[in-house]
Amino acid sequence: MLEIKNLHASAGEKPILRGISLTVNAGEVHAVMGPNGSGKSTLAQVLAGHPAYEVTAGEVWYEGENLLELDPEERAQKGLFMAFQYPVEIPGVSNAYLLRSAYNEIRKSRGEDEVDPIDFLEIMEQKLQLVHMSDDMLQRSVNTGFSGGEKKRNEILQMAVLDPKLAILDETDSGLDIDALRIVAEGVNTMRRPDNATIVVTHYQRLLNYIVPDYVHVLANGRIVKSGGKELALELEARGYEGIGAPAARGNGEPGTGNRAVGQ
Amino acid sequence: MTEGLGGSGYTTEYQAFARAGRGTPSWLDTIRQCAFQRFQALGFPTTKNEDWHFTSVAPIVEAAYPPRTAPGGDVKPADLAPFTFGASDWPTIVFVNGVFAPALSSLESLPEGVKVYDMASAFRASDSVVERHLSKFAAYELNTFTALNSAFVSDGAVVRIAKEFEVDRPIHILFVSDALAAKTQSNPRTLIVAERHSKATVIESYVATGEASYFTNAVTEVLLEDGANLSHLKIQRESPRAFHVGTIEAEQKRDSHYQSFSFATGAALSRTNIFTTLDGEGAGATLNGLYMLDGEQHCDHQTKIEHAQPNCFSRELYKGVLDGASHGVFNGKVYVDPIAQKTDGKQTNKVLLLSERAQVDTKPQLEIFADDVKCTHGATVGRVDETAAFYMKSRGINKELARRLLTYAFAAEVLETIEIDRVRQDLEQATLQRFTGIEVTSV
Repeated sequence: MLEIKNLHASAGEKPILRGISLTVNAGEVHAVMGPNGSGKSTLAQVLAGHPAYEVTAGEVWYEGENLLELDPEERAQKGLFMAFQYPVEIPGVSNAYLLRSAYNEIRKSRGEDEVDPIDFLEIMEQKLQLVHMSDDMLQRSVNTGFSGGEKKRNEILQMAVLDPKLAILDETDSGLDIDALRIVAEGVNTMRRPDNATIVVTHYQRLLNYIVPDYVHVLANGRIVKSGGKELALELEARGYEGIGAPAARGNGEPGTGNRAVGQ
Repeated sequence: MTEGLGGSGYTTEYQAFARAGRGTPSWLDTIRQCAFQRFQALGFPTTKNEDWHFTSVAPIVEAAYPPRTAPGGDVKPADLAPFTFGASDWPTIVFVNGVFAPALSSLESLPEGVKVYDMASAFRASDSVVERHLSKFAAYELNTFTALNSAFVSDGAVVRIAKEFEVDRPIHILFVSDALAAKTQSNPRTLIVAERHSKATVIESYVATGEASYFTNAVTEVLLEDGANLSHLKIQRESPRAFHVGTIEAEQKRDSHYQSFSFATGAALSRTNIFTTLDGEGAGATLNGLYMLDGEQHCDHQTKIEHAQPNCFSRELYKGVLDGASHGVFNGKVYVDPIAQKTDGKQTNKVLLLSERAQVDTKPQLEIFADDVKCTHGATVGRVDETAAFYMKSRGINKELARRLLTYAFAAEVLETIEIDRVRQDLEQATLQRFTGIEVTSV
């Protein structure tokens, strides 16, 4: 489904990804872990097409297409979804409107008919239950005034509605209490199918107790330094990143973990 | 441009106007004569004048459209449909090319405590309320356009809300210009008196049924007596080739609240002045506005809030969306007099530039002479938030729709402050259609 070959990317002059290669097949869950500044959030954002990053070398193939040649909206229309580490507040546009527009844009791109607001509301009702959200959330402006947990659940709600082939969760667990974490994990697990795949980017092993990965990759300084099965996460938990030879990036202020200032 | 442009050019018109107006009450003659003298002495402002630094009125001066007072227009009731918010039950007084149009107005079932009538009738009857208030709040001594309006004042609307009456239905004053307005000038004059502890909403619309080039020079005077609460919306949707200068001057007594909203999308060149004086303790003013420009449009808003008494508050939020090669100007003045302690003032002005060629000049101006006050102001000028745009695109929404939705959302924040549902929804719809071509119901 996804094949990343020797991917290099930089933010401005600064190289962040320095040769990532990774293959994700349908039905798989991959965890990408790493210390701050290792480039794991950059990887997620480059896959989604964030304009702040420039791909300087390498290839990314998604469902047989050159992903890097597609605009962010085309990637989404073809079934790629990234849950943001910092979901963006959009005052004045309701959650329902954003979701319905996105849903219909994706349907249109597949040559399917748009869904009217009433039918869409029905679809929403089921998805809301999945993430334990009430329907008054739909009328609120996107993420505006949401708590941290609500924002993350809203990302999972969007994911549930858009039903992606490839979902990338960018540190969705960061800042969540255990109840919110369970809700998010439950949502992701419910959507897991043989025909889709998930990349879970996380700093902590904790999330992987709830979303059990098939593969774990450890990033350091923009490269994958170790890959393994789910037991690698436990090893990390026990020994720390340094313990398995993945030191934090040199120098402070690296924009690796989805630095919000980038691209604003 | 030179000082004193064109002031004398109106002498012939004024003499003819004065001859035709013989028999009017002497107090009105005095206002017209003094105002005309003042107009001649002041002349039209140039960009050397600080208050007109960013707005050149040369196109108005050069066009030299003569003032008209005779009726003449061809507007059918159906032509008004786009401008009446689908509300046929609202008291509506209509003027065509500056002249009262009784057949288009609906003033039969005015709510108790409300009087709405045309200024021309008030002049003929030497109406004592008009005599008492006309020219008391909008001074012509320092303002050329107010002087010009006062010199040629002949028609407009009078709205009076009796003490302690609360009026649910908005009162709509609708100034329509049609093709027959071409190359003429109108000087509509409005007086709104909200007596003590009354509550009402007045909408003042300036609209066009065609694309003629004409000049509207409007003046509105507003008095809020003790405890009055007046919501006053000015909606400027003039013809794209029109010139519009509109001045609103309000005086507020103790504990009154004036809520003003200025919505401006029309005219080639427009200037809106909204001035209020907080002249009683505990009074408050909320001045909000939205202007959306395109092409070569030039739109200037000047607001002035004078805190003349202690313990008053003012809130101000103006937003502009500028596309094409348009030019927006916003200048917000707040004066705090030496005795106006405990003043609480907040002013915000935000502009969204949609094009490289659009331009804005914005200037908050605080002059504070009291020492125990809280006044803040802030201005931002920016482009569409790229982070938010990326967020929407990453959900499958195309670039153009993302940009349009964000533009709409920017404008919607200030439109949300309009309390009358039908007006808010109508203006939101107009805004949304302009930017997205989609229905507003579910955004």
